[in-house]
Amino acid sequence: MARVELVVNGRAVKGEAEDRTLLVHFLRENLGLTGTHVGCDTSQCGACVVHVDGMAVKSCTMLAAQASGSTVTTIEGLGANGELHPLQIAFRENHALQCGFCTPGMIMSSADMIRRHPNGLDEATVRAELEGNICRCTGYHNIVKAVLDASDKSKAAVQAI
Amino acid sequence: MYETQYHRATSVEGAARLMGEAQDGKYLAGGMTLIPTMKQRLASPSDLIDLRRIDALKGIKIDGRKVRIGAVTTHSEVATNEELAKICPAITSLAGHIGDPQVRNMGTIGGSIANNDPAADYPSAMLALEATIITNQRSVPASAFFVGLFETALEPEEIITAVEFTAPDKAAYKKFPNPASLYAMAGVFVARSGDQIRVAVTGAGENGVFRLNDAETALATSFTPSALDKLSVNPDGLLSDLHATADYRANLVKVMAKRAVAEIANRPM
Repeated sequence: MARVELVVNGRAVKGEAEDRTLLVHFLRENLGLTGTHVGCDTSQCGACVVHVDGMAVKSCTMLAAQASGSTVTTIEGLGANGELHPLQIAFRENHALQCGFCTPGMIMSSADMIRRHPNGLDEATVRAELEGNICRCTGYHNIVKAVLDASDKSKAAVQAI
Repeated sequence: MYETQYHRATSVEGAARLMGEAQDGKYLAGGMTLIPTMKQRLASPSDLIDLRRIDALKGIKIDGRKVRIGAVTTHSEVATNEELAKICPAITSLAGHIGDPQVRNMGTIGGSIANNDPAADYPSAMLALEATIITNQRSVPASAFFVGLFETALEPEEIITAVEFTAPDKAAYKKFPNPASLYAMAGVFVARSGDQIRVAVTGAGENGVFRLNDAETALATSFTPSALDKLSVNPDGLLSDLHATADYRANLVKVMAKRAVAEIANRPM
C-alpha cells in the first residue's frame, strides 16, 4: 500500500491506496471529490483534468503515489467563498455545456490555458489548446466562446489592478 | 492494471539500486506511455521506479550553442524555454506539438527516447541533430541508440540522464499527425550546419526512426524544397496500417521533408 499525502483544494489530506491506484480514483473514491470525471480512461478525452502543482494533467494517467507530496486543485476547488470561478460563469452564460460530463475537465484545462496566456487568447489558440479535451455534445463552438469570454474578462481584471 | 510496487527514487544511483533489487522493474518518468500500457495490461512490471523527482535529471543548460536537456525535462519545459528557442526553435516547436497540453506537462524527453515509439517525435530530432544520449553508464551517439521498434541500446538497469547536442545553423520539423492519436504518421526533421545536412524520419519506418540519405544528398546540391521534387522515397520497410499504406507514407515523408526545408528557407534567421 502507498501512503498518499496531498494538499487538495487547500486542505491537507492523507490516505492509503494501492500503489496502482490512479489519482482520479483516489480523488473520487478516497476523498469523495466526484467532480473530476473518468471519461475515456485512455488519456484522450480530458474529463479527468486536474491541476497538480499548478499544471493541468490527466488524472487517469497518473498514479496517486506519483502525485504524493503535491498540491492538487480539482473543479471543486476552483471557485472561492461560494462564488463560481469566472470560467464557470462564462461556461454558463455562453451555454458551453449540454450534458456537462466534459465540463470539469474543459474548465480545468481552460484555467491552465488562461494562466499561461496572460496577454489574452485568440480562437485558433483556444482550439489548439483544447486538443486534449473532447466534448460530444456542443461541437466546441460555445466552449471556445466561453474561454475567450473568461480570458477577456481576466485580462481586463488584471489591467484594472 | 495489475498490482505493482511504486518506489520514488531521489538519486540516479538509488534508482539503479532499486532496479537491481526489483524482480521485473520498470523506470517511470512522465508515464504517458507506460501507465496507459499498464492499464491495458500490456505491461505488468513488478516495480515502478519513479525518476521524475531526481534533481540531477532536471533542467535545460545552454552554453553558447551547446545544449543539455535533463532526462526528466517535460515537453512543456522544452517548448517554453526562450533561450533554447533562440538557438534551436525547431526543437522547442517539436516539443510544443507533442500530444496535447496535459500530456506535455507530464511527458519527458528521456521517457520518449527510451521508449522509442516508431511514431514519437523526439527520436527524429536526436538523429538529425546528431545528439548524444548520456546515461548513468556511458555516452551513446543517437545513430547507435535507436536500434529498432521500441528498442534502444539501453541495458536493463541503464538510466538516461540527459541528451546533449550542438544547435544547428538551421533546422525545422514538420509532421503529419494522425488526427485521432496525434502521433506522427510521418515526421521529418531537417537540420543544416555549414554544408552538413541531416534529414531524419519518424512515424513511417517499420524499424523506427531513420536517416533519409537521398534527401540529404539532394539538399546538399540545392537547399530548396524543389530539390526534393525528384526524390522517390522507397515504400519498402515503411509502416502499413489502417491509417496509411506504405506508399501513402512514402509520399507523406517527401511532402513533410519539403515543408521542413521550405520553413527553413522562409525563416529570417
